[in-house]
Amino acid sequence: MSGGHSTYTPTTGFGKWFDARMPLPRLIHDSFVSYPVPRNLNYAYTFGGILSIMLVAQILTGVVLAMHYAADTTLAFGSVEKIMRDVNSGWLLRYLHSNGASMFFIAVYIHIFRGLYYGSYKAPRELLWILGCIIYLLMMATGFMGYVLPWGQMSGWGATVITGFFTAIPLVGTWIQELLLGGFSVDNPTLNRFFALHYLLPFMIAGVVVLHVWALHVVGQTNPTGIEVKSKTDTVAFTPYATLKDAFAMILFLAFFAYFVFYIPNYLGHPDNYTQFDSLKTPAHIVPEWYFLPFYAILRAITFNIGPIDSKLGGVLAMFGAIAVLFVVPWLDTSKVKSARYRPSYRVFYWLFAINAIFLGWLGSKPAEGWYIPAMQISTLYYFAFFLVVMPVLGLIETPRKTPNSITEAVLEKNRGGSGHLAGATAVPETKG
Amino acid sequence: MSANDTIDQNRRDFLYIATGMAGAVGAAAVAWPFIDQMRPDASTLAASSIEVDVASVTPGMSLTVKWRGKPVFIRNRTPEEIKAAQDVPLAELKDPVARNANLANDAEATDIDRSAGEGKENWLVMVGVCTHLGCVPLGQQGDFGGWFCPCHGSHYDTAGRIRRGPAPENLPVPAFQFISDTKIRIG
Repeated sequence: MSGGHSTYTPTTGFGKWFDARMPLPRLIHDSFVSYPVPRNLNYAYTFGGILSIMLVAQILTGVVLAMHYAADTTLAFGSVEKIMRDVNSGWLLRYLHSNGASMFFIAVYIHIFRGLYYGSYKAPRELLWILGCIIYLLMMATGFMGYVLPWGQMSGWGATVITGFFTAIPLVGTWIQELLLGGFSVDNPTLNRFFALHYLLPFMIAGVVVLHVWALHVVGQTNPTGIEVKSKTDTVAFTPYATLKDAFAMILFLAFFAYFVFYIPNYLGHPDNYTQFDSLKTPAHIVPEWYFLPFYAILRAITFNIGPIDSKLGGVLAMFGAIAVLFVVPWLDTSKVKSARYRPSYRVFYWLFAINAIFLGWLGSKPAEGWYIPAMQISTLYYFAFFLVVMPVLGLIETPRKTPNSITEAVLEKNRGGSGHLAGATAVPETKG
Repeated sequence: MSANDTIDQNRRDFLYIATGMAGAVGAAAVAWPFIDQMRPDASTLAASSIEVDVASVTPGMSLTVKWRGKPVFIRNRTPEEIKAAQDVPLAELKDPVARNANLANDAEATDIDRSAGEGKENWLVMVGVCTHLGCVPLGQQGDFGGWFCPCHGSHYDTAGRIRRGPAPENLPVPAFQFISDTKIRIG
């Protein structure tokens, strides 16, 4: 669908001069103005744009916060308090940045779940999906290191636990951990390097985002029917259709974001992080940021040895495996049909998976005791079974519903079947005769 | 004369291989300092030995000191705690190795080998970092009256041996010695 033909025609003399030397306006026009998108995209498809705006917002607020922050164990905690109390508008910028991280993850989880629902990872979009997984990994690293910077109790002990994962690796584990920490425990060298990396990684994310969008524009977007674009009537121009829809969703999302910033700025944080880090005293109950909780539950679900693998290494492997399995999803799903709309059984397993993921997150916030442990184990089992059993097997045994012949047909069918006002809502001038 | 007339294949191969080798060795040589700088630096390594006065620590009391940025528990155990630890058969231990830096690597995790040794069985000195993921366990808590790690629920007994929970090893005993009756040097 991105057939390579450009519709950009510079009109001014300067425009022509510029286009002959560096056709950047042409690239932007072809990618974000005349670029054809499926005409049936719903609001689940607006989160890519929302994520771009969140990345830019995080980099902007982050850069100005860095101007007031001191990456030194004796100064860090105080400098964050100074940002909150003394720096003009500092409280706002910090709350935007800390809540922005949470919003970023809310958006990315919706984006990932949309991909799982509509089969966005299937051929020819495997690389697009893998690039997305890499972005997600980089986001997790960035979020983790950012949480260490305020140098509160959760910062220091979170860093202790997470770098402790590496000690589970046989033989070289401790060496790797000391390499990450720059010492024997979380201390000044750790804070310094985490700050440098926390500043660097968002720009690496931006780089991978460029590759992600590039790959997207080569293969084209999926859509709720999962059927590839076949003719011009299946698409509308990116501008104004997708641009405006994305912008509208963005405004709603930013209003949601603003509610957190102005009314419940610490709701997603942890009060223990307003106590300065004490390397001799662990808080009674360590929990990571909410967006890591499902993985934290998986880590703690492995309380038993599996053959030569002890429970500690087993937990760490399960946790990393829970992320690694995402990378091979395009090859695990054997179904020829992309969209869950036409896969009645997959849809049931999918929603079970979504509920299970939220349940895992809730379990992650609970202590590892009592009935929580077997619940974590059952939930972890379903998490992996969804990818490793349901996806490969269901594709072979499920009878999908009949898919429409084209996007246009699906849209017209829906409009005919639905009430009259839907026809006007499509806002597409041409219809296939 | 024309340069195109003869092509010296050997000369090209030599340049190709020599450039490639120099590039690979050079890249490795440059990569090492970038990794090396991340390791614990000289000042961190220098602060590796401390002396502690334990005269005021009576039976049933503990002291926590900081060594290499980590807490070290020094406990003067009560006779009941020693008895409880001595009564545990070795077969019941999750980790049967003493993990005592002052003894051989394969020393068994008997109570005496976990403690400061003959005549000083009441003294227990160990790094207070949970062998699971590095939290600091809480003293005199948990199902075995020893230490309990609140992070992921590891229970240690009165000799600091792992008894239940995800931690794989006993709390490590650092290299230490009594330099007088009331002074311990750690490290």
